[in-house]
Amino acid sequence: MLKFAIRRTLYMFPILFGIALVTFLLFNVAGGDPAAQAAGKYATAEKIQEMRESLGIAGPLHEQFFGHLKQMATFDFGRSWSTKQTIRSMIFSGIGASVSLMVPVYVISLILAISLALLVAFLRGTFFDGATLVVSLALMSISSLVYILAGQYFVGYELGLFPINGWDSSLIARWQYLVLPTLIFVVLSLGSNVLFYRTVFLDQMYQDYVRTARSKGLADRVILFKHVLRNAMIPIITVVVTQLPFMILGSLLLESFFGIPGLGRMIVDAIQSSDFPVIKAMTTITAILVLVFQLVADLLYAVVDPRVQVR
Amino acid sequence: MKVASISSTAIDTKSKQDELEKGTSLWADAASRMKKKPVAVVSFWFVAFYLGLALLCALDLIFTSYSVVNNDIAYQAPTWAHWFGTDVFGRDVLARAAHGTVTSLTVGFFGAGIAMFIGTFFGAIGGYFGGKIDDLVVWLYTTVDTIPGILLVVSFSFVMGPSLKTVCLAIGLTAWVGHCRIIRGEYIKHRDQDYVQGAAALGAGHIRRIFLHILPNVFHLILINFSLGFVGAIKSEVILSFLGLGVEPGTPSWGVMINDAKQELFRGVWWGLAAATIFMFFLVLAVNLFNSELRDALDPKLKNK
Repeated sequence: MLKFAIRRTLYMFPILFGIALVTFLLFNVAGGDPAAQAAGKYATAEKIQEMRESLGIAGPLHEQFFGHLKQMATFDFGRSWSTKQTIRSMIFSGIGASVSLMVPVYVISLILAISLALLVAFLRGTFFDGATLVVSLALMSISSLVYILAGQYFVGYELGLFPINGWDSSLIARWQYLVLPTLIFVVLSLGSNVLFYRTVFLDQMYQDYVRTARSKGLADRVILFKHVLRNAMIPIITVVVTQLPFMILGSLLLESFFGIPGLGRMIVDAIQSSDFPVIKAMTTITAILVLVFQLVADLLYAVVDPRVQVR
Repeated sequence: MKVASISSTAIDTKSKQDELEKGTSLWADAASRMKKKPVAVVSFWFVAFYLGLALLCALDLIFTSYSVVNNDIAYQAPTWAHWFGTDVFGRDVLARAAHGTVTSLTVGFFGAGIAMFIGTFFGAIGGYFGGKIDDLVVWLYTTVDTIPGILLVVSFSFVMGPSLKTVCLAIGLTAWVGHCRIIRGEYIKHRDQDYVQGAAALGAGHIRRIFLHILPNVFHLILINFSLGFVGAIKSEVILSFLGLGVEPGTPSWGVMINDAKQELFRGVWWGLAAATIFMFFLVLAVNLFNSELRDALDPKLKNK
């Protein structure tokens, strides 16, 4: 186990280097000179130089790359061009809002999707199964933007059930601002989630242990809700853990539409105001987070399923 | 083709002999199975309809009024003259939605096409050669996979500046990972099989084995992934438009229309959103359904069922 853990952890470093390389190529090499663009037509040469330095694109390329690596190692990505705050402090102030939106959203949609998928897997081949398939595909055929707009308009504006914009610093008082985005997210992610978990369950249905269970006379119901569900927990845990970074990141669209001051909105604001350092920092940080959580998922996987370590 | 089916239901030896000689290819088999499924047939015609519509719009043969500005009739509700009303500049919404098909199909084809090309190439050489080359391919796609797709697309469009070309490139250069993984797995499975060794024994080189012998046998997976990527690209275009990183201003696009509804909806202007959503809904649903039927039809496990 320890050997596996060490090997798996060491494997992170080439990927980390890859992330540094891709983000560097994207922002420092392909990006041209964003400082000159952002500073505007009438900026002085010093001003442009100062912006270049704040982005780490002043020196020769190899120096820039080391600067980029240093930023990644120290988590110090400098200051935002538009708000002038340090990016680190912006992240710390936005993380709470994103988490308080995404955690209930993920928990509710996960439980709902898994229950529905189990039911569909149980009734596989019936009309109900086919109908769920078509409805899920139909739900997936509408843009997430449409769900948000329609939800805000009908539930928020026409019916006036929940506010469509706002935030409260108190954790308890902010529930009213969270209901509608949660509801919308659950609906818009339901289709693809149900299809995904249905496939996970159906994949298990053709395994040998299911045949064994059936041959010893167990009812389909027992096999599905006991044996299959337990075995399917492994892929499910992997998905949930690897999705954790997105819970921290929040939802770009929901946060932006509902005025939730989280990291998702921070990214949207940065894009709309061409705030180069923020976009660069968020891209890099999220990639690192995903990498770390993938490691956690793999280690958990090895704990749950001893067969994994052999590979 | 290796997976060609040989029907064993022939009654006398002679017709059995005929069957054996002709056989039916995987594709003919899939096509005949698809024809029996009403869902597959209907979704096929829907996709064909969109292709025809896009072609006629691109050639400027129908809905030619899509860019005619008439400020006197701005934000007109649907009438017989304008089925889906008019937009902020008095342009016909139906015509704009129809022309949006061209943009969407372009993004879908090129976005998914580029992704498919990159994914197949890397997946094929990685899976086929193994060793150091494979390590490099795995490293590459793991790296790209770690950076969340939406942020990568956004960063890319941001750096390149918004345009239709950027949208296609950004989607294509980021969406190839899942595809690459699947193709790599298939090449690992195929590379040591008898027919590949046979080809090698007859003197076929690596390139020939990769692209002429194995590729046709994994092509059905490429097709299925292409249609998934197609849908993904169309949906990404909407998000990019919302972030202001979509197509050039003035180009008719469903993403821009849906995005404009942000302001319009609260003024009671619902038709722009409705038209774009309906147009997009039927295209994406048809491709999704067709893809799901195609997957069943091409699945060898379901053969003769």
